[in-house]
Formats: sequence, structure tokens, C-alpha cells
Amino acid sequence: MHTKTIAQLSEGIRDKKFSCVELTQHYLQRIEKSDLNAFITVTDELAMAQSRAADVQIAQGNHQLLTGIPYAHKDIFCTRGVKTSAGSKMLDNFIAPYDATVSHKLNQQNTVMLGKVNMDEFAMGSSTESSYYGKTLNPWNTNKVPGGSSGGSAAAVAAGLSCFATGTDTGGSIRQPASLCGITGLKPTYGRVSRYGMIAYGSSLDQAGPMNKTAQDCAIVLNAMAGFDEKDSTSSEQSVPDYTENLNDSIKGLTVGLPKEFFAEGLDDVVATQVMEAVKQYEAMGAQVKEISLPNSKFAIPTYYIVAPCECSSNLSRMDGVRFGHRCNEPKDLEDLYLRSRTEGFGSEVKRRIMIGTYALSAGYYDAYYLKAQKTRHLISDDFKQAFKTVDVIMGPVSPTTAWDLGSIKDPVSMYLADIYTLSANLAGLPAMSIPAGFSQNLPVGLQLIGNYWSESKLLNIAHQLQLQTDWHQQTPQER
Amino acid sequence: MIDNTQLKQIAHLAKLSITDAQLDDTAADLNNILKLAEQLSSVNTDAITPMAYPLHMTQRLRADKVTEKDQSELFQSIAPQTDKHHYLIPTVIE
Repeated sequence: MHTKTIAQLSEGIRDKKFSCVELTQHYLQRIEKSDLNAFITVTDELAMAQSRAADVQIAQGNHQLLTGIPYAHKDIFCTRGVKTSAGSKMLDNFIAPYDATVSHKLNQQNTVMLGKVNMDEFAMGSSTESSYYGKTLNPWNTNKVPGGSSGGSAAAVAAGLSCFATGTDTGGSIRQPASLCGITGLKPTYGRVSRYGMIAYGSSLDQAGPMNKTAQDCAIVLNAMAGFDEKDSTSSEQSVPDYTENLNDSIKGLTVGLPKEFFAEGLDDVVATQVMEAVKQYEAMGAQVKEISLPNSKFAIPTYYIVAPCECSSNLSRMDGVRFGHRCNEPKDLEDLYLRSRTEGFGSEVKRRIMIGTYALSAGYYDAYYLKAQKTRHLISDDFKQAFKTVDVIMGPVSPTTAWDLGSIKDPVSMYLADIYTLSANLAGLPAMSIPAGFSQNLPVGLQLIGNYWSESKLLNIAHQLQLQTDWHQQTPQER
Repeated sequence: MIDNTQLKQIAHLAKLSITDAQLDDTAADLNNILKLAEQLSSVNTDAITPMAYPLHMTQRLRADKVTEKDQSELFQSIAPQTDKHHYLIPTVIE
């Protein structure tokens, strides 16, 4: 059952081959046996209650595609009555008093939440090694990282511990772990999915999206997640199409842009070969491929690593030990309360980003760092506007390498360099996907698709068409 | 470049404490990130407007009406210390 897609499981439930309860029990047993550390909290009692409720719904004739489908929820989404830690000691005792809009929308579909999955602390990282709850292992090779920050989500889907997962992507946190674990992940256009109740890291960059086995499944889950939310002032009022409707459209005549900057020095040869293999498949399906340039994309790393820390230093100031979260023992005064609660509660990468942000926003440095980065962000965004005048979609690698050894990247800046191909889409606010494009030494390689604003349907169509022609997305890691 | 005196000031502003033993390594890490950011100084941004936000939307306003019911008891149930609907902190004024 755990290798099946949403559509296949839904059909099985509808045809009474298995019940939602049986399906949930199957996944819970797999989670219990797993040693990947993908989950922070397994909500087995809740999952069983939700699966029983789903069976009742089905018995009453209320069957929808997602009814009774078990999923893993990134521990960044508030879930009423369930611990929501964001991978941090700071929120280890935080039982969310309300549901994030994404949690609420998935509940409305009668899905089954198996638990909350691991992530880099406050989504700050590219390997899921910075979690307070320990690192998650890559199911393809347990000596390797699963990517991050949504590493628990990607590992859970790849290892068949959940049918699908939610993720969030501030600088590549859906696409990069999807690439490193060989699954399909979509970061929608900024504003497409509500950020209400999603613990904020970089508010002008954060966006939630689905992480699945296939593009078709991504479309089904995005249908449930997307939409205007009056509780999020940055949520878009743009109408939501049915993302499954255009999956089967022909892509003959599609114009694909390959940015020369994405295939330059630093890209692993094998990754480049696999990515080009996938591009050739598109050519064989009738797509036209042309080289393009995104000249300012080389400034994405410095731009992002100023903008995001500035926003995080502001967002994380709410973690003060007063209203929720970690409070130090016996504070002697208010200053001591703030200092010790925050110093004890945050891990080193989070502290580093808070301090960089604090510095870059402080008097005398604001113009040189934050304002400058906001201007280069504009240039990066304009490059895409220019590119989309002549191409329908941009393709390239997601990550410069396949999954690397756990613990092998210790220097923060070296870790940041791994985000080179994913950051630009966040800075511009564009939708982007990672889809499986083969393997190198039994480790998955992802192909990145970047589309114009609100082109999620088109991206899903393009991804689905490749998945009709190839079986890279159907490969699963060896059972352990 | 950030020196140890500046680092202490940044930590103070960020409400994080930093031990003397951590100063050198932390300053080195932060300076490496700033070195990365220095790359931006080579970009001509004279006529470029800053981009704070990816979509060119105007801030949406809503009618000034109460839309949420009072849930202060629920929200305060997860606070470290409360008393009579107030959050408690160490005494500030004797």
C-alpha cells in the first residue's frame, strides 16, 4: 500500500479493498519500524481517530480523493492540541492552541495526520541536521543527509512512511530535499498558500507546498492547500484553478530555457548529465530548448543570506519566554529572562542568522546590507521577467550535488552555497518544482522547473508529462 | 568586519548571551557571511528600487469589526506564568 499514489489509494478505499483504518495502521507500523528519525511526533491516536472518522464519511457516501489518505505534516504548521516545535528546543513545550490554515484545509478533506515531521530548526538549514530532535537520515543511503529544511517530509514520502507530506520553502526547503530523496515537490507562487499558522522564518520568502511521489499527487494536494485566506495579509486573491485539469495537455511546442549560469562551475558532472538527460526527454516530446541568461542569479546567495536573516531576526524576536515556548529557570530580572530563555532555546545556526540580521538592520549598516540586498533582489527578479518573455519554463538542477555525507559540511557558508540554484525563485516569488531525473551512485538527482507567476498548472502538466515517459519517480529505496 | 566589541553589542541587541570563549569563533562565522555579502557591493544598483516583497499588491484592509471570539484563556494556558489574565515576568519596578 505504501508505494501507491493518492489516486491509487483513493481507488482502493472506494472499492473497499482496504479501509482507512487499515491503511493508517499500515503506515503507523512502518513508522514504528523506521530508524530514519523522520518524525518528531507520531500522532497515532489522532491518526486512528481521523481514519475511523474517514471510514464513517465513506460509509455515508462522502468520498473525496483525499478522504482517509495519511500524510506527514512538517512540524512548522500549527496543529491544535499537538506539539508544534519547528525543530527547536525553544518550542519543545509548545502545544499549538490553533490550527494553521493549511492544517485546517487538510482536516476539511478528511485526511489522516500520521504525525509531525523533522526539519532544520525554524527551517534554517539545507540538511535537517540542525534540528533539536536530531538528524533525519536519507532513505536511499543512511549515511547521507535527506536535504532540508523539509528533510523529514522528503524522507517520510521516499521511505513509504506516509503517502504525502507538507513542506515549506523559503530558499529551497521543499525542492532540495525532494531532489535529494527522489520525490516530487512544488513550491507555489508566493501568496498562493496561506502562511497563517506557519511559523515564520522569512516572511517575504516563505511558501508552503506539497511533497509527493508524483506530479499528479502534487496537483491533488495543492488543490486542497491553495487559496485566499483573509487571515494572511500576503495571501493572494487570485482564483485557484483545478490543478489536475491540465495534467494531460500536450507539451509540444513548449519552450524550455536553460540558464547558462545554472550549468557553470560548481555543478557536479553527474548531476549535469542527469539533468540534461531529462531535458532531452522533453525535446523528444516536442519541446524546444534554448540557452538563456539570468545574469544576476550569481548574487542570489549573498542577497538571500542578508534578506532572510533580517526577516528572521525580526520574526524570532517573539520567542522571548513570556507568552509561550521555553523559559529559563528562575530568571533574576527581565533582561536575564530574555537572554537565558533565548540563548538556551535557540541552536547555533538560528543564533547566527539572528545576529547577522540584527547587524544588517542596525543603524549605520542598514543601507549597505539590507537596502542593497533588496535592490539586488529586484535585479534577480527582473532577470526572470526578461527570460519569461521568450520561454515558457526554465529548467536546471535543484542542487549542485546529490545527497552528501552526514556531518561533512561544518562551515555555515559552505552549507549556504548548496542553495545556489533554488534561492532565486524565492527571491522573485516564482513557483518552482523538483522532479526525479535519475540517479548517480544510487542517489537521486532532481530536475528543477521554474515557471512564471501563477503557472502551477503548467508546471504540474510539464512534470506529469515527463513522469508518463520515465520511471525515475517510481523508484523506491531498498527496504531496511 | 565585526570585532568582538561589536559582536557583544549585536548579541545584546538580539537578546542572546555569548561567552568570551565563543567570541572569536562566532565573529569569524559572521565575518565569513559578511564577506559573502560584500559581493553585492560590485553591483550597480543606483537606479534600482528596493524590493521588499515579491508581489506588487497593495496592503489589503478589512472592516474594523470584531471577527474573533475571546480565546485569551486558551492562549494563556500555554504561557510559562500567568495571573489574572496577565503574563507574569520578573519584577521590573519595585
